[in-house]
Amino acid sequence: MIWNEKMETMSREEMRALQSERLVATVKRVYEKVPAYRAKMDEIGLKPEDIKGVEDLPKLPFTTKADLRDNYPFGLFAVPQDEITRVHASSGTTGKPTVVGYTENDIKMWSECVARCMTMAGVTKKDIVQVAYGYGLFTGGLGAHYGAEYIGATTVPMGTGNTQKLITLMKDFGATAIACTPSYLLHIAEVLKENGDLDKIKLRAAVCGAEPWTEDMRLRIEEILGVSAHDIYGLSEVMGPGVACDCKYHKGLHVCEDHFIPEIISPTTLEPVKEGETGELVFTTITKEGLPLIRYRTRDLTSINYEPCECGRTTCRISRFKGRSDDMLIIRGVNVFPSQVEEALLRVDGVSPHYMIVVDRVNNLDTMEIMVEVDEKFFSDEIKGLEALSVKIGKAVQQMIGLNAKIKLVEPRTIERSMGKSVHVQDKRKLV
Amino acid sequence: MKAKQVSVFIENREGRLEEVLSAIKAAGVNILSLSLADTREYGLLRLIVSDPAKADKALKEGGFSSMLTDVLVVRLNNEVGSLQDLLCAVAKEKINLEYMYGLTIEKAGKASLVIKASDLDKAAVVLKKAGAELLSNEEIVSL
Ligand SMILES: [Zn+2]
Repeated sequence: MIWNEKMETMSREEMRALQSERLVATVKRVYEKVPAYRAKMDEIGLKPEDIKGVEDLPKLPFTTKADLRDNYPFGLFAVPQDEITRVHASSGTTGKPTVVGYTENDIKMWSECVARCMTMAGVTKKDIVQVAYGYGLFTGGLGAHYGAEYIGATTVPMGTGNTQKLITLMKDFGATAIACTPSYLLHIAEVLKENGDLDKIKLRAAVCGAEPWTEDMRLRIEEILGVSAHDIYGLSEVMGPGVACDCKYHKGLHVCEDHFIPEIISPTTLEPVKEGETGELVFTTITKEGLPLIRYRTRDLTSINYEPCECGRTTCRISRFKGRSDDMLIIRGVNVFPSQVEEALLRVDGVSPHYMIVVDRVNNLDTMEIMVEVDEKFFSDEIKGLEALSVKIGKAVQQMIGLNAKIKLVEPRTIERSMGKSVHVQDKRKLV
Repeated sequence: MKAKQVSVFIENREGRLEEVLSAIKAAGVNILSLSLADTREYGLLRLIVSDPAKADKALKEGGFSSMLTDVLVVRLNNEVGSLQDLLCAVAKEKINLEYMYGLTIEKAGKASLVIKASDLDKAAVVLKKAGAELLSNEEIVSL
């Protein structure tokens, strides 16, 4: 089934015309309403009238996470604050979060996009959907929740953290669909298997996202749980989950193109790449009112396929992600930059020790360990002093990124140094 | 009267203690006493040596996390109850003992040990008043 036949199956020409019309209006609006965009355009002598359609997109300046940070908290909003009905935030690179504002229409549009994605996974109003993403400032929980409700499905706001309760309700309610991170779903699957509960559940669809995962992992989830598992993509700056999702053919993620225009650029030259080539994904939102984004650099590496899909949809498809063009890590669905860890360490004693972030996946859950070299500035001759140091670092990291990390104190000069820039991350998860 | 102790942070890895000891040996420094406090992942090696500054320098150059810490070296009569009497005096003044380990037992009926307390200056005064002798690094070497 297709949620919105008109938008999801229109011809490429019609889509291009629709995108062009909406882009022109968006550019005009941000130029008038958002001083930061106006300044950027004025700087290169670009007028809103110069943008006549999608073909003019490359003329526009890029927007990055730094722009969001510089205009913290509401500086890039294109409507007065009283028209903003919701705010979400995600952690930023220097402790300041990235704030995203939504108008009532934005929330509707978001719900519509998630509804399209869930429909790709086969979810209908007859389903009972457990939403097991984190609720709160993170977009995962509420985003999936509103989408499931929009479809008319019976929506169960589970949140994260209580796996036993989730399983109990999954069995008792006869839940047929779940939305959560893929690693959490795999963890749930293993617990179900251990408890011998696999035949007591009715789950048939899973919409997973917020972290990178492999095709192997998707197939494993399908095999253990007997579900159809789908990859939902989104980022909070652009909206949240629901920007794209894969249909039952799993040959790329259909982008909600009538709301977000995707482009692929070379992360080095910043020029658009040839069609089908891999590069950095860039989005321009063309219907968002609260926080419109012009050519927002996602740092996610992928490619775009504009061929019509076997499922009947004509919306373009982005391929599974091939990595990032920056050093961001996604751990348990949370975006983590090594620079945040560095800042947390700096806050502990005003010194910046050598450190290494080790990310792994144990029992399908991401683990994060931070190795910190104990040098003279960071030393105590008492065990309790060293233990207090570990606790202090752990708390600082938790405050900075919202994740619990295991702190391991190590001897000086035991962490590898590379020539020039030191390497601060060891990601042992096999994801690509 | 305080004495200097060499404190070394070492990870729980095979052969690591031996490497610390060989660095001290290479510097020509004699170890008079040591204590090792350990946790699951790392340990703290505390040493009383003939030349603390030299040992500390050699260890740092060898890539170890080493530092000099002030401690008290207490010399007392080697007889029943004398240590208990001293500690009693310290406890009365609400001074916490962080750690303690033995140093020497002399033929002359004296024994000495190393003490680290929460308030080292106050502990020194209390111990002296209770009749203990506090030794400097030079005095320790000549025992
Ligand atoms: Zn399709």
